[in-house]
Amino acid sequence: MQIKLTLNGKPVSEEIAADLLLLDFVRAHGCASVKRGCETANCGLCTVLMDGKPVLSCSMLAARAAGHEITTLEGMGAEAEELAAFIADQGAEQCGFCNPGFMMNTIALLRENPTPSDDEIRAYLAGNLCRCSGYEGQLRGVRAFVAWRAQKGRCAE
Amino acid sequence: MLTINQYVRPQSLDEAYELCQKKNTVVLGGMLWLKMQSRLVGTAIDLCDLGLDTIEETADSFRIGAMATLRMLETHAGLNQMTQNALADSVRSIVGVQFRNCATVGGSLFGRFGFSDVLTLFLALDADVELHHGGVLPLREFAEMPVLRDILVRVIVRKRNIHVAYQSQRNTKTDFPVLTCAVSEIDGVYRCVIGARPMRAVVFEDESGLLSGGVNEDNARAFADDIAVRVSVGSNLRAGADYRRRLTKTLVRRALLTLGKENEPCKSN
Repeated sequence: MQIKLTLNGKPVSEEIAADLLLLDFVRAHGCASVKRGCETANCGLCTVLMDGKPVLSCSMLAARAAGHEITTLEGMGAEAEELAAFIADQGAEQCGFCNPGFMMNTIALLRENPTPSDDEIRAYLAGNLCRCSGYEGQLRGVRAFVAWRAQKGRCAE
Repeated sequence: MLTINQYVRPQSLDEAYELCQKKNTVVLGGMLWLKMQSRLVGTAIDLCDLGLDTIEETADSFRIGAMATLRMLETHAGLNQMTQNALADSVRSIVGVQFRNCATVGGSLFGRFGFSDVLTLFLALDADVELHHGGVLPLREFAEMPVLRDILVRVIVRKRNIHVAYQSQRNTKTDFPVLTCAVSEIDGVYRCVIGARPMRAVVFEDESGLLSGGVNEDNARAFADDIAVRVSVGSNLRAGADYRRRLTKTLVRRALLTLGKENEPCKSN
């Protein structure tokens, strides 16, 4: 079957199998940041944005994504680079495998809620599993990023 | 491994209904449970073009489309105001935001899964379901029926004087529940729903009138003890039957006391 969608801002049209997962589709298009983790919709490694909302690409058919806008970490640009620096500054990425999914979901959180509390950060990121860090480093990194953005905003006023 | 031969997006409910009468077809919800199965599907029917991904508020009800996501339930201001945030409470421990952006109300209810937080809460809300062929019927009736070859179109929650509270117990925060419990008082009628027993959720009412004078510590405990005797519970990997029975007492009592607090008249300063 033929599908058309937008991947990281570019239109893509392709013939696919009916049961191709979105995860395999985006990886086949060079988006290696999207990781195959648990494949049971639990770990958040495969998180992509569909029309701006975080979804699990391991559990979504590529066919269902037809007509939608899909964004992976490769398409996030400066928004992701700035956040990544704060995560790295805390040593929070460690092995790095969970990091792209973590970043995607954090960006989705901050678009919905630019100044989240610690509890709101924990709740929103509950579907992103990390087996290295214990999550404290990520929390510090997100917290520092939010504070930096707020300060940057105040300086620009 | 899930294998799908053909994927179809019907353009009308009639077309979807006709397609699902054929053998080896599956109507897709969020696909999160389906995808875990080792199964060969002839035709996957995706309802995503039918405009069922909305929550519509009318003068007398909320009409929740089958393709509305659990995240939409969690963040809907009107529904959560009517349910004192019990709807958000019932879904917020289901894995993570990404999962709840995929999982659909229709998928959660049509499967009538034993572990369903969503089924537990909607039963307590005395909701109705609308089937394309079968029409509107109480969710309580639908929950007891065998799986049908019909299309679940929407869930309807009538606007009434609803007081509801939700409780669940999990071994870890985002895991399947070990037990779910919702207690409601709607227009003076108390309902108590116990799910994840691990069998599908069941509804109890206050036939003996224990709560007829309003909820207090004593009758909440007595009602909870009564439910714990009456409820049928089982064992699985997550918990044993005895543990579930003990949990029933605790969760029902806690939910009732939460309900009692919400029902207290506001004190003026």
